[in-house]
Amino acid sequence: MTDQPILQIRDLSVDFATFRALSGVSLDVAPAERIALLGHNGAGKSTLFRAVLGFLKPASGEVTVCGARPGSHRARVALNYLPESIAFPRALTGQEVLRYFVGLRRAPRSEVMSLLERVGLAEAAGRAVGTYSKGMRQRLGLAQALVGAPRLLLLDEPTSGLDPISRRDFYDIIAAAAGRGCSVLLSSHGLEEVETRVDRVAILSRGMLQADGTLEALARNAALPVRIRATAQAGQVEALHSRFGGTRVNGASIELLCQADEKLDLMGRLMNCGPLIRDIDVQVPSLNSLYRHYSDLAEQEAQP
Amino acid sequence: MTRLLIVFAQEMRLATRNLWVLGATGLLALFALALGFLGASQGAQYDVDVLSLTAASLSTLSVYLIPLIALLMSYDALAGEVERGTLALTLATPIRRSELFLGKFLSQTVAVGVAIGFGFGIAGLAVGLVYGAGADGILAWLRLMGASVALGAVFVGLGLMLSAFAGRISTAAVFAIGLWLVLVVLYDLALLGGVIAAGDSVFTRQVFPWLVLANPADAFRIFNLAALDAAPVSGIDGLARTLPFPPAITLAVMLGWGLGALGLGIWRINRIVP
Repeated sequence: MTDQPILQIRDLSVDFATFRALSGVSLDVAPAERIALLGHNGAGKSTLFRAVLGFLKPASGEVTVCGARPGSHRARVALNYLPESIAFPRALTGQEVLRYFVGLRRAPRSEVMSLLERVGLAEAAGRAVGTYSKGMRQRLGLAQALVGAPRLLLLDEPTSGLDPISRRDFYDIIAAAAGRGCSVLLSSHGLEEVETRVDRVAILSRGMLQADGTLEALARNAALPVRIRATAQAGQVEALHSRFGGTRVNGASIELLCQADEKLDLMGRLMNCGPLIRDIDVQVPSLNSLYRHYSDLAEQEAQP
Repeated sequence: MTRLLIVFAQEMRLATRNLWVLGATGLLALFALALGFLGASQGAQYDVDVLSLTAASLSTLSVYLIPLIALLMSYDALAGEVERGTLALTLATPIRRSELFLGKFLSQTVAVGVAIGFGFGIAGLAVGLVYGAGADGILAWLRLMGASVALGAVFVGLGLMLSAFAGRISTAAVFAIGLWLVLVVLYDLALLGGVIAAGDSVFTRQVFPWLVLANPADAFRIFNLAALDAAPVSGIDGLARTLPFPPAITLAVMLGWGLGALGLGIWRINRIVP
């Protein structure tokens, strides 16, 4: 039972009047797992969330949340949601807004203040939401999403428009929730920002899932080269270049491209010629380049 | 049940915080006081006390005012939440959609009711204290207040139902103003035109009374005026006095409209895609 996925999406397709927004998407979220769902605007991220919430009915395929149908009472108890754009009533205070959701989820009243403290809004608890900054409103949204210790968090572009510090705090809070056993599915098109923040990445493009796995697995499948830059000791760059080849860079370094599984071997060989080398810099493919790789795949498939 | 109460409490908080209740109370009190004190001089012509007279004229004015207040309060309630994204949040929690609808309905009805209670209450008290009040006058005034709350409830229900159908704030506003125009203004004009054109015919004697009764705003008027035999009335109200049914049936008509609005609204909110 413990290994049963919190969220199970099987071959999901969702149609709008004139087009297919999602087609044949399958995705599992395990307990306490954090997954980032990446995609361009209009790739189908929000549509996927709304199908998981039970707002949209699938044209085909199946979604289960903790074994229950989306939108059923059990599914709604298990999952909490933060939409992409949200405007709480401006006349109410943060505390009043949160008390409402604590009430609807039948969580203990004491959660109101403890959650406001956790997202750093304790000071502003009694102020009207209309006076909040964008970051504060977003944090209130996150506090709302943490009400009642959910099993699954659905966060639709939770950090869009936040400054880097707020963003880091945001991910710390999400990580703490995951540490308590809560699964997280969040969407983003800030690619680097999720790189160290999630366990797995799923890439959605044109309504189809292009990739799903750990960053390492995605990188392996994409076979994007690892870039190793070796800086030579003074005057040794020629020797280094003649031994390893590669590209000469700014007079003192060479740059080598290799596949991920050759990386250790190559680095070992570089290490072995100790006197020649002053420094080694390894650049694994960034999520950005990976993302572009998988998105471009979809574009190529779309061409006739 | 408790989730319904939580929605109720939150909506009440919003209605009072936004000064809706205060504004509506002030407006209703102002109109009632104006009718009471400006119309008081006519009291001598008729064999009724000023309170009964004011109740009669105020019921004619309330037909316009109370539906307008109720619709203005409710038209935004669901369409606005769809646009602002809060409906998706609320519907992601384990609340039943009917609970959300009924919670909003109850709180807005109470808000309209409080405005009527204070607004008309203050005015009635002032008129009674200045000109004196008999049992008939007090009863007429209480009937007017009770029926006004019922009329408010009907139009809050209709406004919420339209809001559920609209999906957008601007569409909901058009629906609300359209409904007010049709039920409160154009309906009566069309009926009067019909009676004038038809003269003394089957339409005037058999069909017209039922058409008057079918409109909740007219039902409200008939209910109030039927009890005020001595007060002066004109237009469609004068015709209404000769209607071939007991006045209590007007309450059933309002109840029917209210239940119909709630039923249709709940049917619709269950199909909203937030």
